[in-house]
Order: sequence, then C-alpha cells, then structure tokens
Amino acid sequence: MTPNPVTEAGAAATHSGAALLEVRHLVQEFVLRDYGGVKGGVLQAVSDVSFELDAGETLGIVGETGSGKSTLARSVIQAPPPKRGSVIFQGKDLVGLGRRAMTSVRRDLQMVFQDPFRSLDPKWTVSRIVAEPLIAQGVGSRSERRERVNSLLDRVGLDPVGYGKRHPRELSGGQAQRVAIARALVLEPKLIICDEPVSSLDVLVQAQVLNLFEKLRSELSLSYLFIAHDLALVKQVSDRVAVMYLGKLCEVGPVRAIYRQPLHPYTLALLTSIPSPARSAGKRGTSSVISGELPSPLDPPSGCRFRTRCPRAQERCAAEAPELRSLGGEGHLVACHFPLSDGSRTSAEPAAVRR
Amino acid sequence: MTGPLGQRVRQLAATSAGASSAARDESAPAGSNPGASPLLEVSDLRVRFRSRGSVVNAVQGVSFTVEPGQTLAIIGESGSGKTVSAYAIMGLLPRTAHVSGSIRFRGVQLVGRSEKELQDHRGRNAAMVFQDPERSLNPTMRIGTQIAEAIRCHLPLDRKEANERAVELLRLVRLPTPERRFYEYPHQLSGGMRQRVVIAIALACEPRLLIADEATTALDVTTQAQIMDLLLDLQQELGTALMMISHDLALAASYAEEVIVMYAGRIVERAAAEDLFGNVRMPYTRALLNAIPRIELEPHVLLPVIGGRPPDLSTVVPGCSFAPRCPDAQQDCRQEIPPLEEQEIGHWWACWHPCEGGQGGQKEAAP
Repeated sequence: MTPNPVTEAGAAATHSGAALLEVRHLVQEFVLRDYGGVKGGVLQAVSDVSFELDAGETLGIVGETGSGKSTLARSVIQAPPPKRGSVIFQGKDLVGLGRRAMTSVRRDLQMVFQDPFRSLDPKWTVSRIVAEPLIAQGVGSRSERRERVNSLLDRVGLDPVGYGKRHPRELSGGQAQRVAIARALVLEPKLIICDEPVSSLDVLVQAQVLNLFEKLRSELSLSYLFIAHDLALVKQVSDRVAVMYLGKLCEVGPVRAIYRQPLHPYTLALLTSIPSPARSAGKRGTSSVISGELPSPLDPPSGCRFRTRCPRAQERCAAEAPELRSLGGEGHLVACHFPLSDGSRTSAEPAAVRR
Repeated sequence: MTGPLGQRVRQLAATSAGASSAARDESAPAGSNPGASPLLEVSDLRVRFRSRGSVVNAVQGVSFTVEPGQTLAIIGESGSGKTVSAYAIMGLLPRTAHVSGSIRFRGVQLVGRSEKELQDHRGRNAAMVFQDPERSLNPTMRIGTQIAEAIRCHLPLDRKEANERAVELLRLVRLPTPERRFYEYPHQLSGGMRQRVVIAIALACEPRLLIADEATTALDVTTQAQIMDLLLDLQQELGTALMMISHDLALAASYAEEVIVMYAGRIVERAAAEDLFGNVRMPYTRALLNAIPRIELEPHVLLPVIGGRPPDLSTVVPGCSFAPRCPDAQQDCRQEIPPLEEQEIGHWWACWHPCEGGQGGQKEAAP
C-alpha cells in the first residue's frame, strides 16, 4: 500500500492532539419541511458532542433508537457534513473538505453498516464488491487487486474460490456481513465505523462475527467506532464506552468503570433493562425500568434532556443543562447534576446487578 | 379491565366460543371436559412446504402442551421452525403448506379445519403479536378504528360499543391519553406505542392464548422491558396464556416459566426456565448460551462459538441434525435421531451424549 498523501499533508498542518479521531462540539441538525416547503422545525439530531479516539482503541457508542448515534457516525464520515463543529481525523479537519480530498481520506476511514444486504450491490459478485474500493482509489494492477481480494476473503473466513463468484443473494446474513467487512478492510484503513454491524444476525452468527472483529482488531491494530444499542455487546468489543441520549453524551468512560459503577441514571437504566439468564431466571417485573418514551428531538426538554424520565430529577435539572465533567476514575466523564455516586468509592460489585 | 363493557365482552366471548366449539367439535371424544385438559395440545406436528421441486420439512414432529395462564418461550435461530409452528397453531399457514399431526385447542382439533372455522378460532381463542408493529398496522387507518374493526369481526357489538371498548383497550395497554390516541394514525406513534396498539388489537376479544412472535425484537432494551412487563401484567390480569417466540435466550430466561429450544424443525430441549439455564444438557442450548455477550464478561474476551450452519431442511440426513456442528458428537449421533424424552423431572432433552449439566454459561464450548 502506498503512503497516504492526505495523512502527510494533514500532519504538516496538524494540531497538537495525538488522537486518531477527535470530534469537537459536533452539531447536526435537520430542517423539517411541512407542506409547501414551509420550515416545520429543526430536528436536533446531535447537539454539541465531543470525544476522542486513540489509535488502536475501540470506542463503543450506545443509546436508544433516535439518540443520534447513527447520525453521529454519518457526520464523522461527512455524509452529510455536520452543521457545526469539527471532525479531526489524523490531524486534519474533515469538515469542509472537498470531494476529492474526502475520497482519499476515506482510504483510512471505512464503514460497516447494519444490513449487509442493503449495503452490498445485489448485481455484483462478491469479488467485485470487495475490489471496488481498490478500483475507486486506483490501487494496484488487476492481478494485484485479485490477489488482495482473495487474501481478504480468506481472512474474514470465506473461501475465495467458492464465494468470489457468488452474488449477495446467495449468501447468508453472516456471510454477507463478512463480505461487507472485507470491503471495509481492503484499503487497510486505520478506523472502521461500525453501525450496528451484528444487530440483524442470529446469536451464533453474531458471536462469530464479533470474534472476527476482535481478531482483526488485534491482527491489524485497527480502531473501531462501534455503535450498538446492546450494552452487553458493546462491552465485549470496546475499550471505552460513550452513552448517548437524545443527541447528547451522558457518560463517557473506560468500559470497566462504566459497567461497574455507572454514574448517570440513564446508564443504570440501560444496564438494568438487559435481560440476562444468569441474573434473572424466573424473576419478573424489573422495577427499575425507566418509564415513558424518548422525547421529540424537535423540541427537546430544557436543561438535562433525560430529566423527563429520570427518577432523580430536581428543579435544577430543568433550569440548567449539565456539562460533561470528570468524576470517579481517570477518563470517566458524566453529564449529570446528581450522579449516582460521587465517584470516590469504588465498589467491587457491579451497581447494575446490585439493585 | 373492570368496566361493565369489559364484562359483557368477556361474556360474549365465552358464550360464543363455547357454543361454536361445541357445535364444530364432532371429532372430540364424547364427554371430554375442555376445562380439565390443557389449553393447547400439539402432538407430532409436521409442516412441509413444496418449493421449486424440493420439499422443505420446516417442522418435523413437534409436541408440547400449554396450560391455561402459562408463560412458555420457544427459542431457536431463524429457520428452526418456531414461527411456522406458531402459524400452524393460529391457522395462518398458506395453503401450499402440508400440515400433519394434531393441534388441539381446548380439545378441539385444528388441523384440517376450513378457513371459516379457523377465523372463528383466531381472535377469540388465540391471537398473535408480530415482530414489526409498523407492518402489522394499517398506515391509513386511525388506530381506534383498527382496534374496533378487530372487535366487530369477532363480537356482535355495534360501532359505538366497539369504539368504547377500543378506548378501554388502549387504556389497558397503558397508552397515555387513550381518548386522544384513538384518533391518531400509526405514524404519529413511536415503535413502543405502536406495539402497544398491536397488543390491544390482539387482546380485543380476550383470547385464551397470546402468541408474541419476536414482539420486542425491533424495540430498544428499555422499551423491550416495558413491553415485556406489560405483557406479563396483562397475562396476570386476564389469565391469558402467553407463548413467546424469540431468538433471545436471555429474554426467555428472564420472563418465561418454561422454555422450549428448537433446532432444525425439532424440539431439542425443554425445561423450566431456571432449570434450563442452570442445568443445560443439550450441546446446542449450551452453544447458544455461550454465544450471548454478557455484561459479566470482561471486554475483548472471545466468545466460544461453534462453526457451521443449520442444516438444509430439504434434505433428510440420518441422525441428530445438530451432529455436524456438535463438539461432542460421536458415531451413534450420525446414525439415529435421539428422541425427546423426559430424562429428569420436568426436563426433556434429545441427545445421546448430553452435557454434564451445571451452569451453562460458565462451561466452555469447543471453538
């Protein structure tokens, strides 16, 4: 693989940060139009989100449907670019980059989507699908490309002889997702953004694909931005976790800290909602489940956005939006006026299980 | 549900169901008392589909019973035959399906009934909630009208009574401001609220059995917990039996009393929920349990997985259908199908070489 011109150009005009990806105050809004093109409201999908991702690290992003996690991922790859804020990838701000420059950035920044059948061209063969990024970037000769495609198919666990000529419809869900992963890997990216990559798969296949992600990460020293709604699954793959609610980050921190001692009431609610055979055989009616629905992102609640469903909400929560602040251990941030713990004591028992 | 209308509906549903079942049940043995027998008795159910010249054996001899008020979960991967079994119980299979065996609902045989008779059975005896609430609701109809339609299909109520009953049902499924929601369209509701409406429709005639086919799969964990709690509350209130169909073992373990595990069209293990997850015997169930990411695990731990794929149901292979993927398979597994037998009290499994038992989650399956 030839050295990446963008990385070098970017490194010259770089800032001091060493993070692979740095998202700063990212805002993504969509203007809704009523009949006749009248402005119907502004949907605040992502509101002032900042985080960093180091090389070789996996950041998991969890949240409910409508929390803005997918929009955040798409804003990072500039599809579409965010309204405000900056996305600094390998020292270069991607916001406002031209089409050409962005194309070459995507060599190091790839994405895997939820539904492999919708993200693979049904009329192309598997080999063609995996070769496409190479062709688009003009990498290698025809025979070099073929070799590279075959070695990647092999790497993701598909026999290139048996599967290369097939079409997506001839694959199972797990196989198709492996093809999508091979396509994302073919350019040897630094960062792969995975948007619910295993949600549509059966539990045994899901475990196979998760293990594949894990194996590739350690072999190729990849970074993942791993988006999912399943906290247990995110724990499996992540070094750090960010919890998102209605377009804002509630809590960010190292995996172990977040799961052992969640500080935000929403994180605790998510943790207690997970059904688990080990914990609850025969037990029913989980009492700590939060009630109500996600409020409309067209008109988010004032102050803390979670306050309408929060059991700990007080007057201050409506008046003042909590900022992400450091609490508890190193790198553990929470946006809450009344966190579940002051972070001073570390309990050995997971708070979520204690109930 | 305590309103006078609710009582009347219950009466209507009871009398008409009783009358029609007595009228159409000529094949049932004389003097059989429906109250004493199980609510649902499925025995040796087989479903075949013919497609492109080959025959797909979707369900291959499934037997189980559901008692009134019981919560039963059927789990398995896609293609294991769990949904086809549910469709057979509902009488919803297409005409191309070849069904044999017996499905008795309160003593009444359902296999071989005409569409008209099955329509009578649906709604009043058994009702179903599907995975995708978006597709189970008519986007062009107000939700109140859709519920009222379901009521009037089965019960002799006039429009006004049916509408009142619809509001009552919306209140029953804990939809806030039901009088206003009555006039809304599905697109105005969130996924969780839509699923509540679908449940309201299913409960319109107070069925004795509610089948929830992956009813919470499309929902978020928090909403899933809300809907499952609602289903269990309603079950207690109304005395309905609940059959959960799911691929999610953890969900089944958390909410069901009894769990049936299906693989390739057959039941491979059946036990009380605590028993199954504390004392796994079938290697397939163990593999499923081990493959679930759990919050108890450390990050970056590889999950124990088994290779291979479920067998093609159009070819008949001798022996246990799980044998090709089973880490414990031996010669005899490939020759003879292990029968499903009650090997411990209340614990059935179909395996020649069962696991040791004990906590399934902690045992390592071979990679």
